[in-house]
Amino acid sequence: MTAGAPQGFVEFDRVWLAYNEELLAKNQFAVEDITLSVREGEFIAIVGPSGCGKSTFMKLATGLKLPSMGSIRIGGERVTGPLKFTGMAFQAPSLLPWRTTVDNVLLPLEIVEPYRSNFRAKRAEYEARARALLQSVGLAGYEDKYPWQLSGGMQQRASICRALIHEPRMLLLDEPFGALDAFTREELWNTLRDLWTQQQFNVILVTHDLREAVYLADTVYVMSKSPGRILIRREIDLPRPRDLDITYTEPFVNIVHELRSHIGAVRGG
Amino acid sequence: MKHQKRLERWAPWVLLLAVVIVWQVVCSAFEVSEFIFPSPLRIWDQFLEFRGEILRHSWRTFWVTMVGFGLAIVVGVLLGFVIGSSRLAYAAMYPLMTAFNALPKAAFVPILVVWFGIGVGPAVLTAFLISFFPITVNIATGLATLEPELEDVLRVLGAKRWDVLVKVGLPRSLPHFYGSLKVAITLAFVGTTVSEMNAANEGIGYLLVSAGSAMQMGLAFAGLVAVGIMAMVMYELFAWIEKRTTAWAHRGSHAA
Repeated sequence: MTAGAPQGFVEFDRVWLAYNEELLAKNQFAVEDITLSVREGEFIAIVGPSGCGKSTFMKLATGLKLPSMGSIRIGGERVTGPLKFTGMAFQAPSLLPWRTTVDNVLLPLEIVEPYRSNFRAKRAEYEARARALLQSVGLAGYEDKYPWQLSGGMQQRASICRALIHEPRMLLLDEPFGALDAFTREELWNTLRDLWTQQQFNVILVTHDLREAVYLADTVYVMSKSPGRILIRREIDLPRPRDLDITYTEPFVNIVHELRSHIGAVRGG
Repeated sequence: MKHQKRLERWAPWVLLLAVVIVWQVVCSAFEVSEFIFPSPLRIWDQFLEFRGEILRHSWRTFWVTMVGFGLAIVVGVLLGFVIGSSRLAYAAMYPLMTAFNALPKAAFVPILVVWFGIGVGPAVLTAFLISFFPITVNIATGLATLEPELEDVLRVLGAKRWDVLVKVGLPRSLPHFYGSLKVAITLAFVGTTVSEMNAANEGIGYLLVSAGSAMQMGLAFAGLVAVGIMAMVMYELFAWIEKRTTAWAHRGSHAA
């Protein structure tokens, strides 16, 4: 442990990742020299052009991939494998079509400890929790429907509930609203904002939508195209609670514009 | 809508009736010899006359096929499970399996006769050999086509390979599995019949050969009809089971 340095919840220290030995030998890295520090409960967003290693960053932050060089500490512990206190959701809701919505949300509890051992005994309690969670994201009345009976936005809400059911300390979202129409997307921004405000977990949101990043996050990181490096760290000092009106105000637009110019520079260079 | 549905339901029967009528008309009009190409009436006649015989041979063919088919389900599912759950096994076994599947199964009959003698053994094994492949392929495909995102979601929670297979892989491959049963059961009847034609003293295959050599074409056709009916009934049975158990797979395509 580095004495004296402020300990964040998530600490990346000069992290490099090559996907396999061959690429490592050729010095081809998916992400390079990532250093960042995230406070407990902070909402960060990572933006950048496609193929910039945003998804690689997700895999590193969940422990699904270990860095080739450098170290990652999360919650004070060095990451050596998959982190069970994280929840993930992706652009595709990937709900299981043979399970009802509430059963889909319960799936993680059938797998992760300590819920797994007592899942049978406490099923009623967990199911009540899942139903409450679904209701809190506006899915009341759809708990016992199958995923294919739900719209795309509803499926994505359910997918986020599945990521949160085991009360993770960290939520990782990989372009979760990418496939939705603009109105549904904005609705879901607010759903996520409310969940985060209530539960105060850490969020790492990977997106290529700058407005989304600025609206939701405390801090936005801009990544460069392959190899992925962090170019800019921008704290979003807009007051909270935020609502959609803020996206039409000048400070908001200025921040988006400023970040956009960095991405433009990335493309040009 | 309702009308359309009813029409679809009756369409196969109407078509069958039409074919039979045309067949009968052609045979009667051109006075085709019953020894060369029997008319439907003649086949029906023979069917009634030899119904005891046909029933006995059909029963034999039926249970032999079901034993071979049962074996094919067990072996097919296990093999499919192994191939679908491990990339290495997939790479190692798939090409060999494909080569094996290309071999004509009738060619195995003489070999099986040497090993097991005339009778039930070769027929069961031929039915098995011809019908396990589609089951294996479909189970393996169902297991191997897992979304990587979903696997990440589960793996980060500490899911073992086994968890992923049981919670996601197997249910996902069920529609493929039932679909393959429909194909496999018809193939199994082919296997049994072919084997019985070469190496049995009982069964529809044997009946076909002996009727043919005695120039009893009506009886031979009646035997074919019997196999066709058995295969169709079993096909419909598995189609019904498929619909009942995996409704989500059929409706899912509309929603997504």
